[in-house]
Amino acid sequence: MDNKESVSGSVSLMKSLMEEGTDTVFGYPGGQIIPVFDALFDYRQKLKHILVRHEQGAVHAAQGYSRASGKTGVVLVTSGPGATNTVTGIADAMIDSTPIVVITGQVVSPLLGTDAFQEVDIVGISQPVTKWSYQVRRADEIAWAVAQAFYIASSGRPGPVLLDFTKDAQVAMTNHHYEKCTSIRSYLPVPKIDRNSVWQAAELINSAQKPLALVGQGVEIGRAEQELIEFLEKAQIPAAWTLLGASVMPFDHPLNKGMLGMHGNLAPNLKTNECDVLVAIGMRFDDRVIGDVNSYATQAKIIHFDIDPAEVGKNVDVDVPVLGDVKETLPAVAKLLRQADHDDWIESFNTVNGEEYDKVIVNEIYCQGEHIAMGEAVRIVSEKTDNSAIIVTDVGQNQMMAARYSKRRFPRSFISSGGLGTMGFGLPAAIGAKIARPDRTVCLFCGDGGIQMCIQELGTVMQSNVKIKIIVLNNRYLGMVRQWQEMFFNKRYSETPMLNPDFVKIADAYRIKGRKVTKREELEEAVAEMLEHNGAYLLVVDVEKKGMVLPMIPPGMDASNIIMEK
Amino acid sequence: MNTNTQTLYTVTVYSENHVGLLTQISNIFTRRFINIESLTVSASAMKGVHKFTITCYCDEKLIEKLVRQIEKKIDVLTAYCYVDDEIISREIALFKVTTETLMANNAIESMVNRYNAKIIEVNSLYTVIEKTGGKAEIQQLFGELEPFGILQFVRSGSVSITRSKYEHLSDVTMC
Ligand SMILES: Cc1ncc(C[n+]2csc(CCOP(=O)(O)OP(=O)(O)O)c2C)c(N)n1
Ligand SMILES: [Mg+2]
Repeated sequence: MDNKESVSGSVSLMKSLMEEGTDTVFGYPGGQIIPVFDALFDYRQKLKHILVRHEQGAVHAAQGYSRASGKTGVVLVTSGPGATNTVTGIADAMIDSTPIVVITGQVVSPLLGTDAFQEVDIVGISQPVTKWSYQVRRADEIAWAVAQAFYIASSGRPGPVLLDFTKDAQVAMTNHHYEKCTSIRSYLPVPKIDRNSVWQAAELINSAQKPLALVGQGVEIGRAEQELIEFLEKAQIPAAWTLLGASVMPFDHPLNKGMLGMHGNLAPNLKTNECDVLVAIGMRFDDRVIGDVNSYATQAKIIHFDIDPAEVGKNVDVDVPVLGDVKETLPAVAKLLRQADHDDWIESFNTVNGEEYDKVIVNEIYCQGEHIAMGEAVRIVSEKTDNSAIIVTDVGQNQMMAARYSKRRFPRSFISSGGLGTMGFGLPAAIGAKIARPDRTVCLFCGDGGIQMCIQELGTVMQSNVKIKIIVLNNRYLGMVRQWQEMFFNKRYSETPMLNPDFVKIADAYRIKGRKVTKREELEEAVAEMLEHNGAYLLVVDVEKKGMVLPMIPPGMDASNIIMEK
Repeated sequence: MNTNTQTLYTVTVYSENHVGLLTQISNIFTRRFINIESLTVSASAMKGVHKFTITCYCDEKLIEKLVRQIEKKIDVLTAYCYVDDEIISREIALFKVTTETLMANNAIESMVNRYNAKIIEVNSLYTVIEKTGGKAEIQQLFGELEPFGILQFVRSGSVSITRSKYEHLSDVTMC
């Protein structure tokens, strides 16, 4: 097919995006990107544009879109302040390995470096938090740059890419010709599998009496959920997951033993320091997972499956790295595994988790206290959606409660800001997730603090009719910080109490149906009403002001220091 | 900085000749609070491929992490790190002294000969001495010249070549 034709740079960009299968763009116009928005006007049937209310929202929405669908999210914004507003989202996508392409406008190239109106060195600013950042100054480069951008963003360990288009590149004419990028000589996205390490890993697992698998988002990114289950089942390895790996395994799988880390479940955290072989799969030993490095799993041999060689040995020393795509490495190792029986070991997790259930969980999810507990609200929403919704969270206590007490049946059903912990992530991410998966119920749990960090995106919900269910767990505190103040700072609640607006009235102003619940008796019915309503809904649940997320391993400590009760 | 427990490493990086790579690479060091001792960038033996030579004090574990982090950059072809006996390194240094001190006796001139240095410019006011050599050797010459008064002194970062037969890059450029 001869697709060479003379078009403007902006049209070349539209055509290039469509070549990459983009159907949705999250953006906000401005002076230095008007030509692209003008071209978009002609393509609006094929390229749906979602007008956000703040560029940070555009990036988080693209992240939510990507995390729910596996596709690369696309953001389109103007230069200067439009570009700098994307930086938090870009950093979030970088640390959580989310493929997005952020397109920024830029001043005309002769003005570069002159402090022109709305000029900012966004390539320089974004470089430390992108996988690749590139300035396009000529229309002829556009097709090439977009092809590179999508290839880099989505291949290997995914991440954000920024393309900065000078205005003259947007308007100049070019002979558009698109070729997908399939390799870059300086970039090896997937390391070659080393047969020897595959064999060593299998040997170690075969010799293990008490193996434990730690499962991260890498499995979801690699679409290897099924391969993981086969791997675990064959050798009968109990597994625990990181925050971002929360929906990799179905909640009711018998080998799923719960969550890792600071607010994770008791058994996986304690047994990390008891197992003989630790099998980390697509996770990166974040400090919120490992606590004290020096006492972390020192008794165990550690196997690390990862696609990124820079992760191996970065935080903990590894005995056998298995580099490569988990979609290939997991079956390669599984083939060499012997059927095993670790029934007593597996059962021992249930005993320990049972202790946590009695001491902590039951009081949270079937709370008897005067006020509604966060975990109670989360449990009810999860139950009433048959544990099948996409759960999106903001950051704070609400996030940890959502991770601990919602259940996930399907992959790509838990979307949260993990590595960066960005308050404000939730609302726009939920918007993106719902747009990617209109067929699924999307429930957002957020705090009274976090909802206000991107609350303007209620405008996007209204304008684009995004039917998300927003649950504000209102404790009238910056709860997670308050919890730390209570535990480690002598209950000096410095700047954490919040005087909040009437969220239901705010929702109403955006023509979003809302309701506030303060009494336990109303909660189930209110959740049912929210879910039945055909449209967006904002449910404010007034919860216990001084609730605590427990258990908790204090930062930098090992799991034996776990705190179980207030 | 305490360099007692640390080794001087030489990191060589081969990259595409793209704008902005220098900051990306130096950021990897600054994030970990590692001071770059010297840095040179130039064309390599391969067309279109640039070579960075970076020296820093570091421990073995960390330098390996840094190298992997550098290699992770999209435009970096490959990166290696070496300790001193795996490579041959040279720096160039220029010393400026007054011609008067040079003329006063033959101490400086004999020093220049002993160190295999060169006098590259003499005029009535000053004399410029050039010395190519290892870091330590240059430091030593500096020490000996100092009592005579050095007007200006400048040294380059080190450039290095490995003791193996080929430029390491040959295995990657082909793909
Ligand atoms: C952008 C940003 N600013 C500050 C923080 C620090 N922080 C973490 S949790 C938290 C409190 C969140 O309060 P709220 O949204 O009400 O949630 P809660 O913990 O009460 O559920 C704060 C301030 C952050 N994570 N992100
Ligand atoms: Mg709160």
